[in-house]
Amino acid sequence: MTDTTAGLLQLGVLLLALAVAYKPLGDHMARVFTSDRHLRVERGVYAAARVDPDSEQNWGTYARGVLGFSFVSILFLYLLQRIQPWLPMDFGRGAVEPSMAFNTAVSFVTNTNWQSYVPETVLGHSVQLVGLTVQNFVSAAVGLAVAIALIRGFTRSRTDRLGNFWVDLVRGVVRILLPLSFVFAIVLVALGVVMSLRSGVDYTTLDGAGHTSALAPAASQEAIKELGTNGGGIFNANSAHPFENPSAWTNLLEIFLLLVIPVSLTRTFGTLVGDRRQGTVLLAVMGTIWAGMLAVLWWAETHPNGPAALVAGASTEGKEVRFGIAGSALFANSTTGTSTGAVNSTHDSLSGLGGGTAMLNMLFGEMTPGGVGTGMYSILVMAIIAVFLAGLMVGRTPEYLGKKLGRREVTAAAIVLLAMPTVLLVGAGIAAVHPGTAAALNNSGAHGLSEILYAYASASNNNGSAFAGITVTSDWFQSSLGLCMLFGRLIPIIAVLCLAGSLAAQRKTPATAGTLPTTGPLFVGLLSGTVVLVAALTFVPALALGPIAEALA
Amino acid sequence: MSVLTREPVDARQHHAEKTGRVGAGVFSPRQLLISLPDALRKLDPRHQARNPVMFVVWVGSVLVTVFAITDPSVFTVALACWLWFTVLFANLAEAVAEGRGRAQAETLRRAKRETVARRLRDGREESVPGAELAIGDLVVVEAGEVIPGDGDVVEGIATVDESAITGESAPVIRESGGDLTAVTGGTTVLSDRIVVRISTRPGESFVDRMIALVEGAKRQKTPNEIALTILLSTLTIIFLLAVTALQPMSIHAGAPQSVAVLVALLVCLIPTTIGALLSAIGIAGMDRLVQRNVLATSGRAVEAAGDVSTLLLDKTGTITFGNRRATELIPVGESTVDELCAAARLSSLADETSEGRSIVELCPGFTTVPNAEFVPFSAQTRMSGVDFDGVSVRKGAASAVTDWVHAHGGEVPEAVAAITDRVAADGATPLVCAELSDGVATVHGVIRLSDVVKPGMRERFADLRAMGIKTVMITGDNPLTAKAIAAQAGVDDYLAEAKPEDKLALIRAEQEGGRLVAMTGDGTNDAPALAQADVGVAMNTGTAAAKEAGNMVDLDSDPTKLIEIVAIGKQLLITRGALTTFSLANDLAKYFAILPAMFAAIHPALDKLNVMGLATPKSAILSAVIFNALVIVALIPLALKGVRYRPGGASALLRRNLLVYGLGGVVTPFLGIWLIDLLVRHIPGIG
Repeated sequence: MTDTTAGLLQLGVLLLALAVAYKPLGDHMARVFTSDRHLRVERGVYAAARVDPDSEQNWGTYARGVLGFSFVSILFLYLLQRIQPWLPMDFGRGAVEPSMAFNTAVSFVTNTNWQSYVPETVLGHSVQLVGLTVQNFVSAAVGLAVAIALIRGFTRSRTDRLGNFWVDLVRGVVRILLPLSFVFAIVLVALGVVMSLRSGVDYTTLDGAGHTSALAPAASQEAIKELGTNGGGIFNANSAHPFENPSAWTNLLEIFLLLVIPVSLTRTFGTLVGDRRQGTVLLAVMGTIWAGMLAVLWWAETHPNGPAALVAGASTEGKEVRFGIAGSALFANSTTGTSTGAVNSTHDSLSGLGGGTAMLNMLFGEMTPGGVGTGMYSILVMAIIAVFLAGLMVGRTPEYLGKKLGRREVTAAAIVLLAMPTVLLVGAGIAAVHPGTAAALNNSGAHGLSEILYAYASASNNNGSAFAGITVTSDWFQSSLGLCMLFGRLIPIIAVLCLAGSLAAQRKTPATAGTLPTTGPLFVGLLSGTVVLVAALTFVPALALGPIAEALA
Repeated sequence: MSVLTREPVDARQHHAEKTGRVGAGVFSPRQLLISLPDALRKLDPRHQARNPVMFVVWVGSVLVTVFAITDPSVFTVALACWLWFTVLFANLAEAVAEGRGRAQAETLRRAKRETVARRLRDGREESVPGAELAIGDLVVVEAGEVIPGDGDVVEGIATVDESAITGESAPVIRESGGDLTAVTGGTTVLSDRIVVRISTRPGESFVDRMIALVEGAKRQKTPNEIALTILLSTLTIIFLLAVTALQPMSIHAGAPQSVAVLVALLVCLIPTTIGALLSAIGIAGMDRLVQRNVLATSGRAVEAAGDVSTLLLDKTGTITFGNRRATELIPVGESTVDELCAAARLSSLADETSEGRSIVELCPGFTTVPNAEFVPFSAQTRMSGVDFDGVSVRKGAASAVTDWVHAHGGEVPEAVAAITDRVAADGATPLVCAELSDGVATVHGVIRLSDVVKPGMRERFADLRAMGIKTVMITGDNPLTAKAIAAQAGVDDYLAEAKPEDKLALIRAEQEGGRLVAMTGDGTNDAPALAQADVGVAMNTGTAAAKEAGNMVDLDSDPTKLIEIVAIGKQLLITRGALTTFSLANDLAKYFAILPAMFAAIHPALDKLNVMGLATPKSAILSAVIFNALVIVALIPLALKGVRYRPGGASALLRRNLLVYGLGGVVTPFLGIWLIDLLVRHIPGIG
């Protein structure tokens, strides 16, 4: 079997698995967020947190819930790392230094999982399990809650109530993320992923030297790492590590897991707004761009332009032999297209075009299909921008799903549109001329700039994957990347909730023959074009000096 | 669609050009030249700050000018000039639109020349200047005098020449009481004497409000314009960031860029085309309304017109001609059509009602009858007719004529009842015509009186349906008649036996369902509904109350114009959307021109992006900037005229506009920049 055939087979199996999960998972999520029954365990949580689960919140209260929860989580996670020496299973790894602890706390709370630390040497199992793994669940659930609140903005009319953040958060964890993670963690263990609370195993190799391989509770972390589009590996090598991702089968399963919730959410959306085609259209846009980018990435890795790679016939540097080009390209495209950021190959070693593709996936704003919840609200904001421009061209005040897009809606969408490029370009711009940067980079010239751009794109879009090739442990990088993650996450969330509030307050306008249809191929083309064009227009100048210059060389 | 203008467009144009002002009507390049002084005045930064996109260009121009002075070169000087041209062309677009609007307003204002009013105070008359009148003042106007302000006739009846406002030369009747009380300031009383109660303060009349809407300084941005401005500002900030962040990256790459080049890139990227034309588009939209003799009190109303999804139309005068006309003769028994025709004509000769006259028109024949004694219609007999030489001819309501025939011992054929029922079911009125001669009464047949639907209405309603607009016919008729006429005219729905409060309730119900409603009205009892409707067009002949309640006034008092108003509203929005799309699509080509020019020196591979084969980095950048400036001028006529709009479904419209302005926007600058570069490359110091 050739590498291409194997790749196509993997792709086929992946798409089939997603198709099978689409309807049941999508409808399950719709039920989770519309049901008025509370499970016993949920009641316990509400009682403990003194939350009235049957009261609903307006957008401001909902947003304060998200912000308060995020800041408390960051503080908790920071302190947890600082007091590591006093925690069990610390293996003597000591307290995490302040800038790294800040960066890591923000990183996991914002669902970025950017890792400036080496897990095997910096963190013990307590911080991993009580701190990071918990955030892997709740940060994903926060994204889901915000997406659901925005969808409620479309489905409700003449109300200021968007649901209850605490209820949405708890249900996302209890009814969606926990059960799925539990099942798939066991599957992963069965397929050979390590699950151990020991610090490591000592062994002697044939050369007589003693070695230690670190062990960790990987399987339980691995399932939610992919499912919650988190991406923070329990080992430094992330999904390239044989203990996290031992075979082509686990590789395929992990790709499936990181795609399944963002993809199925389009079904949830269609179900909740009462028109499944609206969800299908979003899926088509996500799928079209994902497939297009995959084709480019795959082609770029099999048609490299570097001298060493030309001799090898493919760009095999930095890729695991057990995954091959196809398995690596599929993973790289999916991990950057969702906001996961787990890696099974070194993205720094991707070809100029391939690396640029991975970077562009993030620069789209993480919506192909994007992170858990975040992908959904990001693409809905982009749909609002597209509908606004196209809606004018049919001669009506633009409407999307029966809601008029006036001044408030456009302002909120504009803030979302503005937030990510602002933090990214300001961060990368300063970093490019920062005196410490040259020493932190492995490469100079165009590739060096690509490394900077990739780091800030990854942080600002809450992706978390690293181009590597850049040492980011200086205080400047820790704090600037930390702030990019924080603002890149929270500013859009506040704007999206404000948008949801103003949509929910409107009455619904019935569609007529004069209304811009938001289903069908024309709209798929329009929305895909808007997503690509907005990213291209914003980032082409910067990309020209990095990946474009590399790819054309 | 017919367009009524006060004087032929060409003549107005001619007049305006002779007087050195911008005229209304068809756009001509001369108007650009005439508006130049206005455009220069608008370079004032306080004016520029109103438009965020162009303000960025203005600041950029100042920056590059400073560099052109401190470190002069052919390139920077040329760049500075063209950046200023970009700002100037944007000002020009606005100035031309304003000039045309002002010309429209001028024709209206001409009617508002200073008048002396004869004010009534405690029964005595006193002469005061028209401008000093207050609301509630009573003024006397006699034949030959000009009415000093808008108001209602409270006493008397007069014929008024309103041609100064409407362009219609036939005088109209204005009288106290009823729905014909409103008079407009500036119109002339031709006969008799009336007392008018002034209803608007001088300077607040419709004409004044309209003038304020087309003159830029006081013009308020409409909701959609604000939303679009927010989006355009956002894009401008994004490009500002992208270009600013490019400098440190260029330094990192070892190719720091000059400020002039960065400004050039920025100006090319930000949506200057739409930014420059946005206010011109808005003014031109108002202008197109005025050209159709419609005055709007707010730009918001014009925008709302594009969003209307329910149109309420009065049956009488709008859908039908307004009076029932004879349309068919149906003979019964042994009578022939000719006999019925002659009898019908005879019975109607003395009938001065429009129905009677329409029967005479339908039945040609001899005109006079000697010794005839006419029997006029009366509510008791419900018949009219004529008696001569022992012959009596009668026409009237079926039951009345049937009784008359029976009373004279005649027989009524059974077919008559069937025919009259059928005619009534069609929404028409049946009249029965009978004759008594030699003591024998015979029924000749049935005359059908129909409410005649105006020609072309069906097609218009079909157009509206395609645009997604529901039409509702409002009529006082009974449901049966209403249903038949509605079917005949092709409206979607009807409201029969409608009272003013029913109208109001219908509007509220539609709005509750999220639909925007437009309607026309003229009577005082229409005022609540006009105020409730999202677009309320009052007829100029209507009462002052109606005009105050609505947000538009149609000077021609043509209710079908509502359909044109909707089209103008849509055209306004489409023009904005199309030019925004065009503006953004242009950026692609500019990247291909400027990025290789900036960085090919440090990354030679980037020269592969120079697909247009532009001569040098300087010629490439300058060509992009020149194209960016010229495209504004090239699009001024389109901004003023509006994008072509044909009624149709949203999908077809979107597909067409995406193709023309999206794809066209991608392709045009590649050609344009390439062509400009062919010239620019010959300039020494650049090529």
